[in-house]
Amino acid sequence: MAEAAFSLSALRRRGSSALARRGSSAAPSWLVLPLVAVALLAALPLAYVAWQAAAVGWAGSAALLFRPFTAALLASTLELAAAVTLGSVLVGTAAAWLVERSDLPGRSVWRVLVPLPLAMPALVSAFAWLSLTPRVEGMAGAVLVLVLAEYPLVYLPVAAALRGMDPALEDVARSVGHGPWRIFGRTVLPQLVPALSGGVLLVTLHMLVEFGPLALLRVETFTTAIYEAYELSYDGAAAAMLSAVLIALCLCVMAAELLLRGRRRFSRAASGAIAAHAPARLGHATLPAFAGLAALLGLALGLPVAMLAYWLLLARRAALPLDRILSAVGDSVQLAALGAVLTTAVGLSLVLAAFRRRGRMAVLAERLPFVVHALPGLVVALALVYFCLRVAPVLYQTTALLLVAYALLFLPLAQTALRPAVEQVPPAMEEVALALGRAPWRVLLTVTLPNILPGLSAATLLVFMQLMKELTATLVLAPTGVRTLAMELWAQSSQMKYGTAAPYAALLVLVSGAPAYWATVELQKRRGRR
Amino acid sequence: MPECPILNAAALQVSGLAKSYGDTPVLRDIDLAVAPGAVVALLGPSGCGKTTLLRLVAGFDRADSGSVTLGGRPVADGPAGGRGCWVPPFRRGIGYVPQDGVLFPHLDVAANVGFGLSPAGRRSGRVEAMLDLVGMAGFGRRMPHELSGGQQQRVSIARALAPSPAVVLLDEPFNALDAHLRRTLCAEVRAILKRGGAAALMVTHDRDEAFTVADEIAVMRAGRIVQRGTPADFYRAPVDLDTARLAGAAMLLDGTLTGASAETALGRLPVRNPHGVPDGPVALMLRPEQVVAAAPGAGLRVTVRHAAMLGPLTWLDLETEGGAVALQACWVAAAPPEAGSAVLIEVRGDAMVFPPE
Repeated sequence: MAEAAFSLSALRRRGSSALARRGSSAAPSWLVLPLVAVALLAALPLAYVAWQAAAVGWAGSAALLFRPFTAALLASTLELAAAVTLGSVLVGTAAAWLVERSDLPGRSVWRVLVPLPLAMPALVSAFAWLSLTPRVEGMAGAVLVLVLAEYPLVYLPVAAALRGMDPALEDVARSVGHGPWRIFGRTVLPQLVPALSGGVLLVTLHMLVEFGPLALLRVETFTTAIYEAYELSYDGAAAAMLSAVLIALCLCVMAAELLLRGRRRFSRAASGAIAAHAPARLGHATLPAFAGLAALLGLALGLPVAMLAYWLLLARRAALPLDRILSAVGDSVQLAALGAVLTTAVGLSLVLAAFRRRGRMAVLAERLPFVVHALPGLVVALALVYFCLRVAPVLYQTTALLLVAYALLFLPLAQTALRPAVEQVPPAMEEVALALGRAPWRVLLTVTLPNILPGLSAATLLVFMQLMKELTATLVLAPTGVRTLAMELWAQSSQMKYGTAAPYAALLVLVSGAPAYWATVELQKRRGRR
Repeated sequence: MPECPILNAAALQVSGLAKSYGDTPVLRDIDLAVAPGAVVALLGPSGCGKTTLLRLVAGFDRADSGSVTLGGRPVADGPAGGRGCWVPPFRRGIGYVPQDGVLFPHLDVAANVGFGLSPAGRRSGRVEAMLDLVGMAGFGRRMPHELSGGQQQRVSIARALAPSPAVVLLDEPFNALDAHLRRTLCAEVRAILKRGGAAALMVTHDRDEAFTVADEIAVMRAGRIVQRGTPADFYRAPVDLDTARLAGAAMLLDGTLTGASAETALGRLPVRNPHGVPDGPVALMLRPEQVVAAAPGAGLRVTVRHAAMLGPLTWLDLETEGGAVALQACWVAAAPPEAGSAVLIEVRGDAMVFPPE
């Protein structure tokens, strides 16, 4: 789930530069079309809920909505979100403090290792734990597995904030006689609030929309219940009513994010050179701290890797279904490649619209990713199925429809990756080309695109890697006969065929996890330098 | 959009142009003409609307009302969505030199200069001729990041001039350069524009730039053009006190006007009164070069508060006895008076009359 780590924090940076740039006629006017298309698609989930509600009437909707089952789902979803968020905050903050502020031996090695679980897709680690013991099934196990997968999303911003803090403040606190705990509570913690709240909202949002690992670990939340309702009766009103609650929850998180955004800008530390912090002495706590971090990584990374290795070695004696694996790789690569190109193209037109046009269109292009980011993938997929069957049944179970879902769901990621590249091209560059007689579409091809090529390819690659492990929308929308790596892993491990699932899991880590780790940590570093 | 009929007129003619952003008017009723081959500077403080005017002429933005005519061809008339004609920027055939030059970073110098030319035009030797014109011959294969700021700006001008536009628009072209380079490049750019033969409209907030480059200056304030004329007109006969100060160092005296002269702390001074200010209390403006050393045995006694040696000239801060009036003077440096000493001065020429502030 690395994608949102930077998409959210980069979305947050918006706004300050909005006044500085001007719209210009350099933007081709057809940029408006993708924008309108995305806006309509983003409205589909709400429309889907509304249509279904209308179909069963007020009383029917209310009966579906206000029943003990919904309350139970709400309780378990919130319990999961709260527990995983709290766990990630504790683990992430403690690890960040140890790595950045203590005299723990081998800090430079820990700095690389601690965020490494980002490279392990949650679906793969859920599979690995399950294949070790069925006892991880249920809420407690799910919280354990997901905290181990999500804590890097808290660790990374908190570690960056700890690095960027001015040690003078803590020196002052020390000089007036505050002890180390009091300094942490009164001086350090308040400065960490921006980084922490960003991580908290991100992890919470992930937990609300998470599906694959929860289904494997047999935890009932809104997503798994919606999926079940959908599987039972294709477009049942039950699924729609549950979706309504889930959308509301996600929008609450997004609203909190938007509210916090303004304040956060003030709390950024000064950008000048900051004196190094004198590391805190751990003393007798060194050994337990060391052991704690080692255990954390052992559980988050070592165990899944060991389980994968175990199942792969075991499977080597039997014949691996090479054809089937290769066809899954082929399907995954094909879908991810097409999806990445489409997503990047739509993302680029939205970024250009936001930067180069003025008025309502630019504002819409600017804010749309916030809304899209809060949409649960499962609900988007169900809404697409619902409307597709009613408006254009010929598109149902086609690659095209799946690609539309991909483009919508991964649009915020593409926009985040593209925005800095487009920011590098001043509007004046396009205006010069216009003045020299090139039509807007030729300016786009001969001036804008060549200058954003690195950002464009990075964005495409990033989206590609995330699409390789996409499960939720793919499960609902994939054409018959198409089986991606993530689908195979899900199907095989749902049936407890762990040996058969292992090669798909290993391939998933290789093709998507490792580069996602690299990209996230790189982006974090780049932002730290700013 | 209907194409517009061809009229006979200046290289650039703007009439009745107005533009607002939301409720904030940025330009009001602008009329401006640039004769073929002339260089006109739009001079004004930031926020006065001069860049907006340039963008409307280029077609990067659309005016709320008014028209723009390039070489006799109307390119914009009436508001967006109206029935007037509208020619998009890429069909206007203008040259545009933005702030900082903004070369295409992915193209070398030759490709930058040839960007606005047809493939045949690129092979015709025009690129080399333009590089030669701006003193950058032999730099064609360099990439923009290998050039200094001044070199980039020169290439940017060559790029704008290469397709032989009738009008070149320059948007604060020297902003990013250091002071020394600015001065040398200003004179050079004027020579280049004159050799290129294109009419030019340059936006600047810097008086010296405007004076060095332009044949004619249009002073803008709060969305209006308040004065047009040659640099000398502008310096000699500013329309108001703000413009007087914008045009150069100005000394202000209170006085009482009676007929062709006024009574001041410096005695009775002859005046120019082109604005027809009635007799009575007035403000009078003198330029530093009007305060000269008096002939022996005559003149007003003033104290030298400060003397700054500026190479061939000495800049003097003076005050009359009792400190009533502060004066500035600019004298040839031979034997400059020392600070604290007294000198005898007289006022040469007439003082300009304005209504009292």
